[in-house]
Amino acid sequence: MSPNSETMSIFSPRLAARLDALVQKYPVKRSALIPMLLYAQDEIGYLSDAVIAAVADRIGITELEVRNVATYYSMLRFKPAGKFNIQVCTNISCMLRGAYDLYERFQDELGIGHKGVTSDGVFSLEEVECIGACCWAPAIQVNYDFLDELNPDSVPEILSKYRSAAKSAGEASHA
Amino acid sequence: MADVTFTVDGKKLTAAAGTLLIEACRKAGIEIPAFCYYPGLSLQAACRMCVVRQEKVGKLQTACTTTVAEGQVFITESEEIAQARKATIQMLLGNHPLDCPVCDAGGECEVQDMTFKYGAGESLYAEAKQHREEQQWSPAVYFDRPRCILCYRCVRMCGEGMDVWALGIQNRGVTSVIAPNEGDHLDCEQCGMCIDVCPVGALTSGSYRYKTRPWEMTHVSTVCTHCGDGCKVTLGIRQSNDGSEIVRADNRDKGGINGDFLCAKGRFGFDFVESPDRLNTPLVRNTQGKLEPATWEHALTTAANKLKEIRDNRGGSAIGVIGSNRTTNEENYLLQKFARTVLGTNNIDHQRTADYAAFARALAGQSGKTAGLRDIGAAPAILLVGGDPTQEHPLLAWALRTDVRLNRARIYVANARNIKLERQAKAVLHLTADGYHNLAATLDAGSNDFSKAVLAEESLVVVLGPECPGTAIESLVAWGLKRANVKFALLGDHTNSRGAADMGLFPDLLPGYIPVSTPAAFAEYPGLQAGAGKTLPEMLIAAGANQLDALLIVGADPVATTRMASESLKNTFVIVQDLFLTETAALADVVFPAASLYEKSGTVTNAFGDVQLVKKAADRAGVKSDFEILVRLANAMGIEVKSLVPFSKRGTSADLGQTRGAQAGEADRSAVWLTANNLEPRLSPFDPLAILDEIARLVPGYELDRMNLYAGNDVRTELGATPGFVPVSALHNSSLIAPAHDTLFTSGTLGQYSSALHELEEHQKNDVATTAAD
Ligand code: SF4
Ligand code: SF4
Ligand code: SF4
Ligand code: FES
Ligand code: FES
Repeated sequence: MSPNSETMSIFSPRLAARLDALVQKYPVKRSALIPMLLYAQDEIGYLSDAVIAAVADRIGITELEVRNVATYYSMLRFKPAGKFNIQVCTNISCMLRGAYDLYERFQDELGIGHKGVTSDGVFSLEEVECIGACCWAPAIQVNYDFLDELNPDSVPEILSKYRSAAKSAGEASHA
Repeated sequence: MADVTFTVDGKKLTAAAGTLLIEACRKAGIEIPAFCYYPGLSLQAACRMCVVRQEKVGKLQTACTTTVAEGQVFITESEEIAQARKATIQMLLGNHPLDCPVCDAGGECEVQDMTFKYGAGESLYAEAKQHREEQQWSPAVYFDRPRCILCYRCVRMCGEGMDVWALGIQNRGVTSVIAPNEGDHLDCEQCGMCIDVCPVGALTSGSYRYKTRPWEMTHVSTVCTHCGDGCKVTLGIRQSNDGSEIVRADNRDKGGINGDFLCAKGRFGFDFVESPDRLNTPLVRNTQGKLEPATWEHALTTAANKLKEIRDNRGGSAIGVIGSNRTTNEENYLLQKFARTVLGTNNIDHQRTADYAAFARALAGQSGKTAGLRDIGAAPAILLVGGDPTQEHPLLAWALRTDVRLNRARIYVANARNIKLERQAKAVLHLTADGYHNLAATLDAGSNDFSKAVLAEESLVVVLGPECPGTAIESLVAWGLKRANVKFALLGDHTNSRGAADMGLFPDLLPGYIPVSTPAAFAEYPGLQAGAGKTLPEMLIAAGANQLDALLIVGADPVATTRMASESLKNTFVIVQDLFLTETAALADVVFPAASLYEKSGTVTNAFGDVQLVKKAADRAGVKSDFEILVRLANAMGIEVKSLVPFSKRGTSADLGQTRGAQAGEADRSAVWLTANNLEPRLSPFDPLAILDEIARLVPGYELDRMNLYAGNDVRTELGATPGFVPVSALHNSSLIAPAHDTLFTSGTLGQYSSALHELEEHQKNDVATTAAD
């Protein structure tokens, strides 16, 4: 059974309040489905079975219907990604300006392929379609950060920057 | 809407403005291929097979979404269109295995037909086909993913049609896939509707898959033997070692009262006929007190001699007869005629599942006041009092849902339980368990929103569930009769409860609810007793008190249903006609193996008074229809069979019967009518239809439209046709009524012997159990 959203929400109070507000915003509750999934994924990291059940419960539709919609979108995922999800665009503009070399370099450095996650859980890698940054191709997106006009040699620096961010965040959370 | 005129392939057509082009063309005999379009379901426009050229429009248009308007001009077949359709098929076949030689759908597959027609058998794609293993989603539903053409028919049927929403579609593009609600299996009503609408062999049925090919079967349209709704079902028959067997049940013939619909019982629950527990030889209790196989002759003589002896020495009142809810009208009629004229007793009853006698009494003298299923399916407003149609009357539930969806009908639910149909209801009134009595008063008062809404309706069908006691039936019918445009229906269980009541399986009422005390036309029955006989419980009590010497039980299991002590039948000579060795049959002295509804012909009347023809489909060595058994029993008692069943002796040379009285010439009249209509005359006393003339003549409401009946259409019988007044009788009280409360997977005795239904029930039970444990 889906958890009772009142008593044992799997979401933070802030997210729960945000989702409640979202549902009110549309004439039909289910219109809030996609933003709800996205926000829930941002907090939990992926669309776990529990997230799907909780969202279905809040909107009053079946879990199957939530999955019908969620599986359509490549930006919604059903397995945990790394702490930093690197999305490398290989669409035409980026491709013409060396996106494949960039993507290959990421694969070499991280030792993972498309949709892979590093063993320490810090990074995941994805080859994606156009992210709307064509003017500054080749571009990538790390979580919500845009990095552009890259070349393969920018990769080590990008990785070490995020690695240390992960480290300090880890220390902060242990302190 | 106003009619408009438009041109299709050079022909001028007329249709209401706003009609879908594809429908307008179908009506005019112009076929437009369509994979995703399905009449009655929402439009999908997913397949592009129905493309046509519309004048002055740049691109090809989909006929399944184009609505007709004045002056339009269309072309439905051309080089360009054929090319477009061929391209569509090529895309569909990109992953489709074309394994027609082993596919269940081969021979009745829409993709196969279209591939033949437009010729895209050779693919231009270089990519390898992706194979996926078939999946079993439930005992009834299997999925072969590569064959799926993503038409969404199954998704819409399950959601919109069944209101179950168990199927979805996941991913997108080439990876799109139909998915069941529980990940790898289905938690649903197991109706098989998704299999039925699937245009290809992607969804296949557990009971039929890999068994045969469609052209190897004979297809017989008959009536489902399970609930009281009486769906028309097409049985696929094949020769077997001991006769012919049923391989499949579906509804190829969509002209019945059920249209597209069949539930799990109608579709999968036919396998009881093949049960190894079926009786296939008569049994007679030997001197050691053991039931042992016997010849028909021995069993018939034993039973006949005993009945004769008891009747002659102790009188007919020492014999009781219990009839069935699932035998045909002809058999029920014959049974009561046999009881009343041969055995000389009014001790006859059946297990009543709804109070049709009270219903008939409330409606006596009224005409046009009962609603058939077709009326309900088109009614603008329905008041549903009691009952849980989704479980107990699946077709009624389907008709109501469809009526809401397509005609915006309004349903009002007054019930002591919470039922699924509330989801379609405009208003719901929760009653206490005995609140049905006061409902009429509540409605009249008009003091709550529910009754206000009901009172505001200009016409209404009141559907009375089985838990409505006789008093509630009477008060609600009286309430409705005061208003204009109110029709009624009363929900009985099993395939022919209504027929059993209509045909007079009552101790005090003759066929047509005519009191035995004032028998009117039935005065011609020789030896008819005027006093009421014993009810079913009274017969059992009398048997226990050694006051009933013989009991003839046809298609009923009173020992099980009344939970009576088995010793109480110790001193009664019990004769049972049944399919199985039921608890009652096990105590009997003589047991006759009876044919099931799928193995005989006749007519049945559903709960709503729709009469339909039952056609013999399967055949089984060793069994006989209850009709034939009764005729043989009467014959063995020395009765002139023709007095019981007026069958024709001389075939087509018939006399009109004037010289020998109405009854004597009856069969010949039947023969005249039959030959005039190019039908075969009834030449055998075992032909149940030979007695239809007598039923038509004597039983009020049963002067049926026989041409339509024989053509396989449903025809109406009128309850209110009983002239005058049906008296209130002490023999009718609610303690005699026991609704079956069958579910989607149970069906009285028959259900117990259906392994298909058992498996479905288990599957659903386990599913509920695992979900609850999560
Ligand atoms: S069997 Fe019936 S209820 Fe189950 S998925 Fe198919 S259509 Fe839906
Ligand atoms: S399974 Fe059959 S009905 Fe369902 S989408 Fe596929 S082809 Fe259509
Ligand atoms: S609804 Fe009733 S009559 Fe129709 S298929 Fe199901 S059990 Fe048979
Ligand atoms: S093509 Fe890469 S961002 Fe648009
Ligand atoms: S039938 Fe028209 S698009 Fe499928």
